[in-house]
Amino acid sequence: MREITLSQAVNEALAEEMRRDPTTFIMGEDVAEAGTPFKVLSGLVEEFGTERVIDTPIAEPGFMGMAVGAAMTGARPIVDLMFGDFIFLIMDQLCNQAAKTHYMSGGKLTVPLVLRTNLGATRRSAAQHSQSLQALVAHIPGLKVALPSSAYEAKGLMKTAIRDNNPVVIFEDKLMYQDKAPVPEEEYLIPFGEANVKRTGSDITLIGTSSMVQVAEKAAEILAAEGISAEVIDPRTIVPLDEATLIESVKKTSRAIVIDEGHQSFGVTSEIASRLNEKAFYHLDAPVLRMGAMDVPVPFSPALEDLTVPTPESVAAAARKLCGGEMIHAA
Amino acid sequence: MAEAKHNTEDYLRMYRQMVRIRTFEDNANQLYLSAKMPGLTHMYSGEEAVAVGICEALTDDDRITSTHRGHGHCVAKGAEFKEMFCELLGKEEGYCRGKGGSMHIADQSHGNLGANAIVGGSMGIATGSALRAKLLGSNDVTVCFFGDGATAQGLLYEVMNMAALWNLPVIYACENNGYSEYTKTEEIAAGSITARAEAFGIEAYQVDGQDVLAVNALTERLVDRARKGEGPFFIELMTYRYHGHHVGDINREYYRSKDEEKDWKENRDPIIRFRAHLVSEGIATEEEIDAINAEIEKDASDAVAYALDAPYPDPSEVDMHVYAD
Ligand SMILES: Cc1ncc(C[n+]2csc(CCOP(=O)(O)OP(=O)(O)O)c2C)c(N)n1
Ligand SMILES: [Mg+2]
Repeated sequence: MREITLSQAVNEALAEEMRRDPTTFIMGEDVAEAGTPFKVLSGLVEEFGTERVIDTPIAEPGFMGMAVGAAMTGARPIVDLMFGDFIFLIMDQLCNQAAKTHYMSGGKLTVPLVLRTNLGATRRSAAQHSQSLQALVAHIPGLKVALPSSAYEAKGLMKTAIRDNNPVVIFEDKLMYQDKAPVPEEEYLIPFGEANVKRTGSDITLIGTSSMVQVAEKAAEILAAEGISAEVIDPRTIVPLDEATLIESVKKTSRAIVIDEGHQSFGVTSEIASRLNEKAFYHLDAPVLRMGAMDVPVPFSPALEDLTVPTPESVAAAARKLCGGEMIHAA
Repeated sequence: MAEAKHNTEDYLRMYRQMVRIRTFEDNANQLYLSAKMPGLTHMYSGEEAVAVGICEALTDDDRITSTHRGHGHCVAKGAEFKEMFCELLGKEEGYCRGKGGSMHIADQSHGNLGANAIVGGSMGIATGSALRAKLLGSNDVTVCFFGDGATAQGLLYEVMNMAALWNLPVIYACENNGYSEYTKTEEIAAGSITARAEAFGIEAYQVDGQDVLAVNALTERLVDRARKGEGPFFIELMTYRYHGHHVGDINREYYRSKDEEKDWKENRDPIIRFRAHLVSEGIATEEEIDAINAEIEKDASDAVAYALDAPYPDPSEVDMHVYAD
């Protein structure tokens, strides 16, 4: 199968859906000629014109609100938010307006929009350009949240998001834009709420999201060399969450670590870990462990920044302890 | 050139500060190109007369808020090279102990409340600083630096309204360098920028941001009046950035021409213009100016060498300063 970058995969998904549905359009800062600072959208304005690939001023709450209005009245906007950190600027429009309109209207209005943005530290971009804020939006009922972990997921999830009748937030990992993965030429969609078992194992389940899927896979390799068999699962969407696949795996392995790049406290890892505790308690041999980013603003200095995120080594070390029975009373 | 200050000392300090900014940026760019600086940075080169003209009208008690393109404001408000390069390289001796980097660089002891990586993110902060000055009866003024692109943020209009209602001692300094990232200002700003301030009853001025004396003269006047409770004020400074939006923005021809860049650099450079003025007015000779330039270059290369060798923060610092004691 051909391999393309995550950036190309997103570009293809957008182009295919925009060809298919004339009510779709993209809006955001420097999305047209510049194709975004990450160059993910290069070429789209040439095909679809500036009417459907719209450069906006730096007015995030404004264009987010306009997307909500356009979605409520028959269009399918795709909002480009240059950095995930800017989600704080648009919270009212996303969480008070987009997320609640369908419910508040008693099901009469829908808000089919996609907010595509990104996450991830270790780019030496400091505290306001490095956050992984998926937990914030996952907390709000009415929003769906997708976390692609490779080019393949990025394309399939984006196409599903655009066709979904709800507001969907997709976080791409900034560090992965140039990473290649096999992506079929033929059309495919990845349904929401279907986890992907990336590797089967019997001793421990490593549940990783987005940037942390690769970390979990590398940890599993380290562990395999030591005779510990780790299963790696990528939930792909955290809202909706494929609980069944996660629970089934944990029932088999009896141990689990949940890894996500958002801050560890009150985060995605906490939510998944407690669902496993509630629903697989009698099958567990150890507490489910959370591994997220350290609870500090992301520091600029490489000497500090690298300490703040889970690594294959730190995940493997934690898994080793869990499998050795060490942490049973430590959580 | 407009006339403002009349003493040799002041003129030479303004010249020196502009050259210090340019030299700092040339070194920072070099650090990026030689892969010695982590991350990216936004160069202030070309806009020196704005930061220097304004900050030379301020005292250490006056505050500023800065932007993602903040090295110029930082130098102009009194920062030292050594601590600045240390910050740029993420070293412990940096102004923010390596935690901030280029986009958050600031010498807080001279009243710089911080560079900001959120476009428009400092508008509330600057106006709040002015509110504090009024409430606590202190005499200082706050200058809020931001770009033309930042005028699209709604926050500006919320805080200008309050600043005008309450006569706050704040000066909004819009650095109009013609571009918001890769987009021309006229494509992202409808109507007139100064008229937006005027709509709130705020006196607004447009000034040649490449003329340090013009910027300084206007700012001195407005700072004086702001201290007397006649603020707020708004200044639009017409200027130009010489480099790309950030150091990695090398191929720029799809959004602006090489001829345009050449024209600004050759015909409107704030340093070349001021240098010619100093010489023609007999304030300094060419030789004296060359000596100043050489001294600054040496300062900068010494500071770079120092910063390259300086230690990174200890790992234990990673969770320090999350909460104040
Ligand atoms: C809220 C927010 N939106 C977008 C960005 C990305 N961004 C960084 S600088 C910039 C352009 C700013 O233009 P302007 O205000 O004119 O300042 P200049 O870079 O020209 O100095 C953009 C869009 C950001 N940092 N913050
Ligand atoms: Mg600008």
